[in-house]
Amino acid sequence: MGVTGSPTNINQGTRTKGGIGESTLRPDGILKVTGEFAYSSDMWHEDMLWGHTLRSTVAHAEIVSIDTSEALATSGVYAVLTYDDLPTAVKNYGLEIQDTPVLAHGRVRHHGEPVALVAADHPETARRAAAKIRIDYRELPVVTDEASATAPGAPLLHEGRDDHHIGHVPHPNIVHRQPIVRGDAEAAKARADVVVSGEYVFGMQDQAFLGPESGLAVPSEDGGVDLYVATQWLHSDLRQIAPVLGLPEDKVRMTLSGVGGAFGGREDLSMQIHACLLALRTGKPVKIVYNRFESFFGHVHRHPAKLWYEHGATRDGKLTHMKCRIVLDGGAYASASPAVVGNASSLAVGPYVIDDVDIEAVALYTNNPPCGAMRGFGAVQACFAYEAQMDKVAAELGMDPVEFRQLNAMEQGTLLPTGQVVDSPAPVAELLRRVKARPLPPERQWESAGEHPDVRALPGGLSNTTHGEGVVRGIGYAVGLKNVGFSEGFDDYSTARVRMEVIGGEPVATVHTAMAEVGQGGVTVHAQIARTELGVSQVTIRPADTAVGSAGSTSASRQTYVTGGAVKNSCEAVREQVLEIGRRKFGTYHPAWATAELLLEGGKVVTDGGEVLADLADVLEDEAVDVELEWRHRPTEAFDLRTGQGNGHVQYSFAAHRAVVEVDTELGLVKVIELACAQDVGKALNPLSVLGQIQGGTLQGMGIAVMEEIIVDPKTAKVRNPSFTDYLLPTILDTPTIPVDVLELADDHAPYGLRGIGEAPTLSSTPAVLAAIRNATGLELNRTPVRPEHLTGT
Amino acid sequence: MDFLRPASWEEALAAKAEHPTAVPIAGGTDVMVEINFDHRRPEYLLDLNRIGELSEWEVGQENVRLGASVPYSAIMEHLRAELPGLALASHTVASPQIRNRGGVGGNLGTASPAGDAHPALLAAGAEVEAESVRGTRLIPIDDFYTGVKRNALEPDELIRAVHIKKADGPQQYSKVGTRNAMVIAVCAFGLALHPETRTVRTGIGSAAPTPVRAKEAEAFLNAALEEGGFWDSRTIITPSVAKQFATLAAGACNPIDDVRGTASYRRHAVGIMARRTLGWTWETYRGNGRSTEGAA
Repeated sequence: MGVTGSPTNINQGTRTKGGIGESTLRPDGILKVTGEFAYSSDMWHEDMLWGHTLRSTVAHAEIVSIDTSEALATSGVYAVLTYDDLPTAVKNYGLEIQDTPVLAHGRVRHHGEPVALVAADHPETARRAAAKIRIDYRELPVVTDEASATAPGAPLLHEGRDDHHIGHVPHPNIVHRQPIVRGDAEAAKARADVVVSGEYVFGMQDQAFLGPESGLAVPSEDGGVDLYVATQWLHSDLRQIAPVLGLPEDKVRMTLSGVGGAFGGREDLSMQIHACLLALRTGKPVKIVYNRFESFFGHVHRHPAKLWYEHGATRDGKLTHMKCRIVLDGGAYASASPAVVGNASSLAVGPYVIDDVDIEAVALYTNNPPCGAMRGFGAVQACFAYEAQMDKVAAELGMDPVEFRQLNAMEQGTLLPTGQVVDSPAPVAELLRRVKARPLPPERQWESAGEHPDVRALPGGLSNTTHGEGVVRGIGYAVGLKNVGFSEGFDDYSTARVRMEVIGGEPVATVHTAMAEVGQGGVTVHAQIARTELGVSQVTIRPADTAVGSAGSTSASRQTYVTGGAVKNSCEAVREQVLEIGRRKFGTYHPAWATAELLLEGGKVVTDGGEVLADLADVLEDEAVDVELEWRHRPTEAFDLRTGQGNGHVQYSFAAHRAVVEVDTELGLVKVIELACAQDVGKALNPLSVLGQIQGGTLQGMGIAVMEEIIVDPKTAKVRNPSFTDYLLPTILDTPTIPVDVLELADDHAPYGLRGIGEAPTLSSTPAVLAAIRNATGLELNRTPVRPEHLTGT
Repeated sequence: MDFLRPASWEEALAAKAEHPTAVPIAGGTDVMVEINFDHRRPEYLLDLNRIGELSEWEVGQENVRLGASVPYSAIMEHLRAELPGLALASHTVASPQIRNRGGVGGNLGTASPAGDAHPALLAAGAEVEAESVRGTRLIPIDDFYTGVKRNALEPDELIRAVHIKKADGPQQYSKVGTRNAMVIAVCAFGLALHPETRTVRTGIGSAAPTPVRAKEAEAFLNAALEEGGFWDSRTIITPSVAKQFATLAAGACNPIDDVRGTASYRRHAVGIMARRTLGWTWETYRGNGRSTEGAA
């Protein structure tokens, strides 16, 4: 097909059993570390064109006119497309609400919104031609927060809304509202000896995946298009792309190309439709690669939030009630906002037993950058606030903050504010006990290096700002509550095709799913599952594409659970068929074929007693067994729109952190020394990958505690720091030691008892760091990320 | 865009004379960023990488003549004793990869107030060796920075080297960033004790339109040290003197609010760094343990 850099089969052999529970190495690991791995931006096709997106330079404006003539006349330019060139009546897309224009029509609603597309024979030609497109904007007033969005006469982001939330929101600039009410918070408040409230602000975090948005669209002879792209969910993309192109879904063939991280930022479409439009218009392959600057405008971010919380407790340390109001800024388009509201509200209580609650969460439409999915998905913002509250209540009661949390900790059997019972292990108190019991890192480690202070152990690091002056240590704790999988009644299934055959005398399993490998390690785990279930050592993982059924999204900590579950399920079906063939061929030779529990192990059919009945090679000969099945976890229910009641979630996930920080209290600089984590993972399918997920999530949570933030000008709604120069990510010198304590308490409802793990550590890391900084400084610090100005009062 | 590749210094000077708008490029750590972001599209790029002598240095009696392209990593490795302040500043430059490419000539050419080398050069005392086909001149570092990203070079001049005074006493350098490595300065401070002349010199980065010295603070401190006989007694500097020095250093700032920090924080932080670097260098001068290299 002429595409280089598109994915190929991953063949994984192993000398050990290589089944679940082993830390088999990821097949893409060495390639990625050595720079050999082909990312989506590395793809190439002979005769291909380069696409470029022209984006709005203002946040809110009427488009008075667009003049593309000069751009079209540029040598090397093959096409310039605007809204008027869209081929069908479907001109919007969106994950849940189709409110996002493929190209802006008459109005732009946020800074960096796509307005026009150019295809040219060189990326620089495309970029320069785009700069020749003349757009006449008439600027409109911006709404940037709840007050301005709901003020009388506020401009409506989307007039004439007809989505299914408009009926229950108090204002058309509110995307979705979810109250959750249980018991009687006001009556319970009367029993409280102390009542503590606080307002909290959570900044806008970016996923900052390292591989920018990119892909290659190749027009095909049948009038369709082959799209190679880095994404999180191929079939969700397909559902949104095909109608805009006016093609049936089977004429838009998608293949996952090398993904350089996602963290939620690839759930929404970026360049997919644009590249296809240009390819279909020009009849040539079109590649689009964003640079880092454009990437900051090319995907949604984590919702910034304002949160108000009130908790009450009795003198003996029992929580009486909780009230909260969470306002999430969804920006100009809905993206995943409704689901983020569902998460924020239903998890707002945190991992605590509180019978009387009054919760409300809303997401706004504003002219700020669109916000949607990011690791932790609404639960992160809530956890930051309720954990600050836990420390405040404990302080008010004069109790130890960990003991206070343990006294109120949820456990298996707890009834959540939604009325859902937590019906698998919830070792919240135990996780806290474990992080607290860990020995503390030694004090004043910078002095241990000898004559000179080792500034790497101090705030400021190699910038040499302190040799110990002004440095105070602080310790903080936090624990969080995250759901696993898609919630609120969503049909959250996955599909796996598994084939077993004999190649070169050896049984080989082939696993084909549409699961997006975004770095989480799914391709490793699928091979482990196939080995465990089918007793083979050689497993081939086929490239993920839309030739097989949907795997659902690589998000919500769900893929090992759901697509892992689908692979397990399909393997079991294959095994049954293989055994059936075996019974047919050899059943008469040994009674165990009919009577014993049979397993596939080491390339053989064995009894549960370990007796070998046949080689798989002899059973299968030249026959192949091939199964494609959908698999579903337990169904969930929608939350009642008035009371929030409903069994909305599939599974819950818990992690606890202890943060140890050194704060330069004079300069307001922070060095996180250690972030100890304890997490229940149900069953660690690949212990090394589990460790990586927990450490990565921990660090991403630390980022929003002390440095990461997209800064949006409140007057213009324009992004001020769209670069890695000024959007700071933690470097290795900012990375603390992250000791991890893994619990494996099986969830009997889940495959192998596993628990989704990817997000929980991102929740508790941030509030633990904040608590430690508060502990060091005595400051209230109701905002994250903490900046030096906040710590020095300047 | 034309890419000029002179094989010798003389050819480079001739090219610059012929094309005064040509932008010199050595490590490219500033120029390439600007080009990649399309912030500038120069008519000519003047590549200095074929001129080996720009990457050499000579240690003389009084000065180090540091070639414009000597990378920061070489300064850290080879010139710690002679140029301790600049070596500490070099440690704070970006990442190891960038430190292997970038040099002081580029910092001076760009003349960004955030350039990491400037406070160390100002504190140590230096002259910029600028040359054109018309001849060579030495520009005192105090006169070099003329505005935001502007310097005293004539359009036909190139930076050949920097003559930096060899340390005759302890030097220190501090930089505030909101990350513990690989960060652009929110503000920075360099301080050098010059026992031979019984003076203290300073440099402030990222807290004014150009890199500046805290001259009032220096004058105050020089007088206080002289009057109190501190240079001879080597006693601890009176806290009130250090405090006043810090206050005056903060007062020398003329900062702005931007995404990296507020003006008032910058003033505050420069004061803290002034007090601390004075304390560290003075402790070393007193002979108490820690060397001029301080850390890292």
